[in-house]
Amino acid sequence: MPHLAVNDVYAKYGALEVLHGIAFEVDRGEVVSLVGPSGSGKSTVLRTLVGLTPVSRGSVEVDGTSIDYRSGRALKAARDRMAIVFQQYNLFQNMNVLRNVTLAPTKVKGRNRREVEEEAMELLALVGMSDKAGAYPDELSGGQQQRVAIARALALKPDILLLDEVTSALDPELVNEVLDAIRRLAREGMTMLLVSHEMAFVREVSSKVVFMDKGRVVETGAPARIFDAPESDRARDFFGKVLRG
Amino acid sequence: MERILSQMPEFFTWANLALLGNAALMTLSMTLLGCLVGFALALALVMLRTAPGRWAVPLRVLCILYVEVFRRIPFLVVIYLVLFFIQTVSSDTSLFTIAVISICIYAIAYTADIIRGGIESVPHTQIEAARAMNMSHLQTMWHTILPQAWPVILPPALAFSVSFIKDTALVSQIGVFELTFRGKELNNQGYSGVLVYGTIALCYFAMSFPLSLLGQYLEGRLATPRSQRRLRKIRRP
Repeated sequence: MPHLAVNDVYAKYGALEVLHGIAFEVDRGEVVSLVGPSGSGKSTVLRTLVGLTPVSRGSVEVDGTSIDYRSGRALKAARDRMAIVFQQYNLFQNMNVLRNVTLAPTKVKGRNRREVEEEAMELLALVGMSDKAGAYPDELSGGQQQRVAIARALALKPDILLLDEVTSALDPELVNEVLDAIRRLAREGMTMLLVSHEMAFVREVSSKVVFMDKGRVVETGAPARIFDAPESDRARDFFGKVLRG
Repeated sequence: MERILSQMPEFFTWANLALLGNAALMTLSMTLLGCLVGFALALALVMLRTAPGRWAVPLRVLCILYVEVFRRIPFLVVIYLVLFFIQTVSSDTSLFTIAVISICIYAIAYTADIIRGGIESVPHTQIEAARAMNMSHLQTMWHTILPQAWPVILPPALAFSVSFIKDTALVSQIGVFELTFRGKELNNQGYSGVLVYGTIALCYFAMSFPLSLLGQYLEGRLATPRSQRRLRKIRRP
């Protein structure tokens, strides 16, 4: 049984349908990457998984249990299992780094504050940000903010970490510090579903690549197979453009 | 002019000054109470209004209706409405209470809009981040959105309250013993209107000017809280 199964999911932004029947699976401990041209619906897939964009048709299963996104309780359960990191970090601007990481575990899960803070400091160390625990988001670089955002998501102890183009808003020289943090998580066996334009990184870290175009999954496979020998014309055309040079 | 000068010693007696002082206090306490309670209620209203979910839809319509209606009615009319409405329900409500309720009703309509604007000034992505972490609507608002919205909300809310100090003059129409009402009394006692209302005008100015200065000071402080904190850090040896 797959850890996460997305079955024929449709989603709309208002009247505009952006996902037309998405299907793929993620196994426990696996890193799966969604790649494809801009506007192909990759980010929307992640947003539907945490209920930020409503699913209009199809189903999402976690460990074999289908999630009914219309039910508040099911949505809560889904968000308990999946945490998302956004392209624009979205750290809370009014609180420092440590508080950003500890807010949800203490307020939502009602856990002991000191215990959560200790864990948070470990997570910040994991992403190399422990010396900035007292800093405010607007005092940090984009790369630093994004690493804090990853620690914040991990503090929720998700089964699956969703990473939405986490390096796209960063200056080139800051990309690697974030990718290193993700590599470390991958080595530790964290299940991750990521959307990325960093093809070399995707190839290195993923066990499976899902190529999407215009709201549909075009093909799925091991990174080497998808990158080097794509079956569809669309994928061949896309990788021909992004991998050249 | 001669009359004014000759009346001055009689007018500025302790009794009259105490009368005006009390009236000024009445004006201030009415405004403060009405605006504070109004602000708190407006905050609660906006919280309900911005709540997600279908159950909040009628509330949303009600809020919009309330704001639109009461912003289009003169304050004096609100006062009379409250007065006559309350008098049909209970006969022993004090005029002060009626005045405070009127101010409340009016303040809710104005500050609700100010609060809504402040909340909308915070990027929607902050709400999404909180939602995705399973924070409730109230937790999201309280911990992340409102703290970021205060710098946008407080200055105009304060400015509204300060300007309302003078608008409360209208409640003299129903006989509350506030500043303007006492002015009318003194004028009826034969004191020169220019003298009496000149003094009253000074009183209003003396009350609202320092408060608006305070408002400007707060606005400056709130506008750039973090950059100022950073400046303080740099200045620290």
